[in-house]
This record gives sequence, structure tokens and C-alpha cells, in this order.
Amino acid sequence: MEITSQEFKHCDLVKIKGRVDSSTAQEFTKALEKVTNNGRYKIAIDMSELEYMSSAGFRALLNTQRNCKRYNRGEVVLVKLPDRIREALELAGFTELFKTFTDPLEAVGNF
Amino acid sequence: MTTTTFPANFEYLDEIRDFVGDIARRSGFSEKDIYSLQLAADEAATNIIEHAYEGIKNGFIELACDMQGDLLIIIMRDEGRTFDPSKVKPPNLKADLSERQIGGLGMYLMRKLMDEVRYESTRNGNILTMIKQKG
Repeated sequence: MEITSQEFKHCDLVKIKGRVDSSTAQEFTKALEKVTNNGRYKIAIDMSELEYMSSAGFRALLNTQRNCKRYNRGEVVLVKLPDRIREALELAGFTELFKTFTDPLEAVGNF
Repeated sequence: MTTTTFPANFEYLDEIRDFVGDIARRSGFSEKDIYSLQLAADEAATNIIEHAYEGIKNGFIELACDMQGDLLIIIMRDEGRTFDPSKVKPPNLKADLSERQIGGLGMYLMRKLMDEVRYESTRNGNILTMIKQKG
């Protein structure tokens, strides 16, 4: 798993590559906490190169969304979801908790 | 049955998914089904590591996987704590963000992704059998 993050004026774009499971989810959580600990709560997560995510990754997404939406200070949106990951998120009933975008610029512009 | 044993450690989830994925691919499952089988195996192994072996060192998971006719069978055996699946509450998928619980989601996904999920607890541990039909 590899995470890079880019700061824009109105939001942060976090790109996640590789696989998120119970072994790597903690690292994913820490990367997201690094953004929110900076007082940045508007986050777009680019998943175009994400190969795999288990419920351990869903948990990290859920906790971050809760933190970001508190006091209406922001939100997490998901960008370029690969089909398999979208299907798993749908099965878990998660797609209604996150706005999704097909283009990173559109996601950044949403904020 | 092709059988192998993995240490009950999250670091081996990759290998567990590869093991199941290779057999499913060789057996002609679609990429979508291969992903489902790997996710179900991952969630099952994660539950064993997190719950059956909670606080227990040097646990292992014995994993057997093979085709029987047009069915792919995955069997995971552990010697951890007795597991009672009826005590796991299903997640409320309609709950608001603030009330959404993540507990129980792994087992929910396993049941959705596989055609059959069966637990059996013996004196020597737990046996989980998961079955998916090809096609």
C-alpha cells in the first residue's frame, strides 16, 4: 500500500494505491488522521489505483467520515472507485454514506 | 484438497488471498468472483485472528481449498476460542452515519459473497466451511 497526499486550497486529495486489509488499514488510518489533525476536514480520496479493500479499510473510511462531518466542517468523498471495490462498498451499504466522483478535479471542485 | 497452514497474523492475509485466488483462477472463475472469494477468505481469516485468537500467541489457520464439481470449497480450521456465529449481530446497513456499526460487517460480507457459510465448533477449535458455485 502506498499513500500520497496533496493539499489544495479548499481540500486535500489523498491517493491510495495497492491493497488495504487488516494488516495495512492502520497505516491508511494514520495517513487520514495526519490530514484531519492538521485541521483539514475536506478530503477527496483517489482510489483509481486501489486494488483491494476489505472491511478493515471500510472502517477507516467510516471513522474518518464521522470525524470530518462533525460540526459540518467537511466531508470525505471518493474518486474513481474501481468496479470491484464499488461492488463491495455497495454490499456493505457504504455507497450512500459517501459522494463519489469519476474525476479528481471534479471532486476537488466540489468543495 | 490443497491444504496449507498460515500463522494467525494479519501479515499473512495477502498470502491467504493469493492461495484462494490462484485456485479460483485455475478453476475458471470470473475476475469478479475471484475478488469475492478473496474478500470472503480475508474477512474469515481476519475474524479468526481478531476473535478466536484474541490474546493468544502462535495461533494458526489451516486453510483447505478445492473444487468439488462446480463448487469451490474453502475450509478454515483454527484452535482458538469457541465461536458462536449466532452471537454476532447483523449490521444495520440503513443506519445513519453516526449510528453505523462496523462490527459484524465481515461476517455479513462473507454470507453475501458466498453461497453457503457454515460454522462448526469442536473441542479442538472451529471449522468454517464456505462454498461458492461457479458460473
